[in-house]
Amino acid sequence: MAKQPRDSESMLSLAWKRFRRHNVALFCALILVTFAVMSFSAPLFEIFLGTDANLVNLYERFAEPSLKHPLGTDELGRDVMVRLLYGGQVSLMVGMTAAFAAAVFGTLIGLIAGYYGGRFDSFLMRTTDAVIALPLLPLLIVLAALDLRKVGLSAELMESDNISLYRIIAIVALFGWTTVARLVRGRTLTVRERDFVMAARSQGASAPRIMFVHILPNVVSPIIVATTLSIGHVILLESVLSFFGLGIQPPMASWGNLLTNAQELIWQAPALVIYPGLTIFFTVMSFNFLGDGLQDALDPQTMERAD
Amino acid sequence: MTRYIGIRFGQTAIVIAIMSFVIYGLIGLMPGDPIDLMIAADPKMTSEDAARLRELYGLDKPIYERYLNWAEAALGGDLGYSRLYAQPVLDVLWPALENTLVLLGFTIFFSVVIGLPLGIIAALKPYSKIDYFVNFIAFAGTSTPSFWLALMLIIFFSVNLGIFPASAMITDSDASLWERMNAMALPIMTLTIHSIASYSRHMRSNMIEILRRDYIRTARAKGSSETRVVLKHALRNALIPVVTIFGLDFGHLFSGALVTETIFAYPGMGKLIFDSIMGNDFNMALIALLFATLMTMMGNLLADLGYGWLDPRISYQGKS
Repeated sequence: MAKQPRDSESMLSLAWKRFRRHNVALFCALILVTFAVMSFSAPLFEIFLGTDANLVNLYERFAEPSLKHPLGTDELGRDVMVRLLYGGQVSLMVGMTAAFAAAVFGTLIGLIAGYYGGRFDSFLMRTTDAVIALPLLPLLIVLAALDLRKVGLSAELMESDNISLYRIIAIVALFGWTTVARLVRGRTLTVRERDFVMAARSQGASAPRIMFVHILPNVVSPIIVATTLSIGHVILLESVLSFFGLGIQPPMASWGNLLTNAQELIWQAPALVIYPGLTIFFTVMSFNFLGDGLQDALDPQTMERAD
Repeated sequence: MTRYIGIRFGQTAIVIAIMSFVIYGLIGLMPGDPIDLMIAADPKMTSEDAARLRELYGLDKPIYERYLNWAEAALGGDLGYSRLYAQPVLDVLWPALENTLVLLGFTIFFSVVIGLPLGIIAALKPYSKIDYFVNFIAFAGTSTPSFWLALMLIIFFSVNLGIFPASAMITDSDASLWERMNAMALPIMTLTIHSIASYSRHMRSNMIEILRRDYIRTARAKGSSETRVVLKHALRNALIPVVTIFGLDFGHLFSGALVTETIFAYPGMGKLIFDSIMGNDFNMALIALLFATLMTMMGNLLADLGYGWLDPRISYQGKS
């Protein structure tokens, strides 16, 4: 009695099966969803607690945790929890947007280098090597400290509230594309030799069509994995720059700039220093474990972890 | 081989040249220019004086002309004066570089001493509790923001326990070796916790791969003890790829130490770069940044060369 052959399974359901085995990665995904939902419902928390993220109350500085302020208040009497939630919005958004932008940029470069090959490829890859070798943090600090008015951006734009947000996303994405570019280029080199690419070419498909319709779907797994891992990395970079006062500018909160005054606060209110750091830590760690789980689920043949 | 080294040095030189132009240009875009600073310092200065000064310092010329002037002077050995430290740039740079190298030396030493054994232990029992624990430590180390880790260590060791000082700055020039080490303890700890992960993870995956090889089975079949198999046969081969991390990690640490040095006020390259950027000390910032780039690239180059030296199977000719 031979068993009835099972229905064929889609790639996605196979990947989901493999992913489900990763309890840690599942748990991390859950943490991230919780953080995101809580952060983006920050206004609800404000209404519920009857407070405002930017409400300064000097009579209530460094208040102990209470019903009104579940995590207490900061040095200006603002509610710590609500500010953490708003900070989460910004940090998560910066992380995801910058990682996504870098992935798009890296994918384009990788596809073009891998598809055309030859001199073009070696030029792009030497450039990638050079960018990887640059001292990242010092350069980010220079770029974050630039006076954009001297580049010709209008004063009006410079004074808009979100400029520090756009700037940090742009400069992080500027250096973040290298991992994806290398991975995509490597994959493209093998995929372009496959028969279906030959078939497409013989039917007269244009180069962009071959790259985006035929090759791209085959290189998408490493892109997803590398992007997930890089979100954590971006959140770390954002927090460092904001900590030094070069990233997100107050009154807008981010997990990094909540720590800007931390060095003075460790003596009187260490709790204020601990919370934002813990949220960064759990978020980044979750993205790392999630990336690891996704790697096994989507891309089981590559053992090498992109770092 | 010589050709390969030559090409790599050539590439490094090209990148440094491009970087010097880019950084020179970027620094011109920083808020506040030198003449504005002089005007701020001297209320009697008129706008004609300012224009004359601009001409005197060549600041009215286009950027590429200014860059070429700078590059010519720099290649001739004149790197200019540091505004912040009122000393020739190189006189400020060397002590800072020395301090950073000392800090990184200790960090790499401790990371290797702690990270490699952790990786080996994890590899001996893959997917066991120990393995998961080591993996967790590695992930935790890389996921902690370094500035926050530094602050936590200060809270714990300086504020609560009072063992180590929160500042790594030594002002007393004849401080004893013990005092110096004590002051460096927290910066070293911060950087080490961060870089343990890359050593233990790489060591683990190399070891697992090597332990599957045929010659390991042969060694076991001959009756070698497990300790001998691991330490003599497997470890030596698993160590080779770790050399690459030395180089990469060095570059990483070199720029990553910026945060740690700044928080602990440790007078190294990272703090120098940060202070000179923040303090509008353009000459200093430019040279320090270029130097950091050079060190990072040299680290990568040494890693590649060391890899080839230890593993003769690697050829530098057929590079794709």
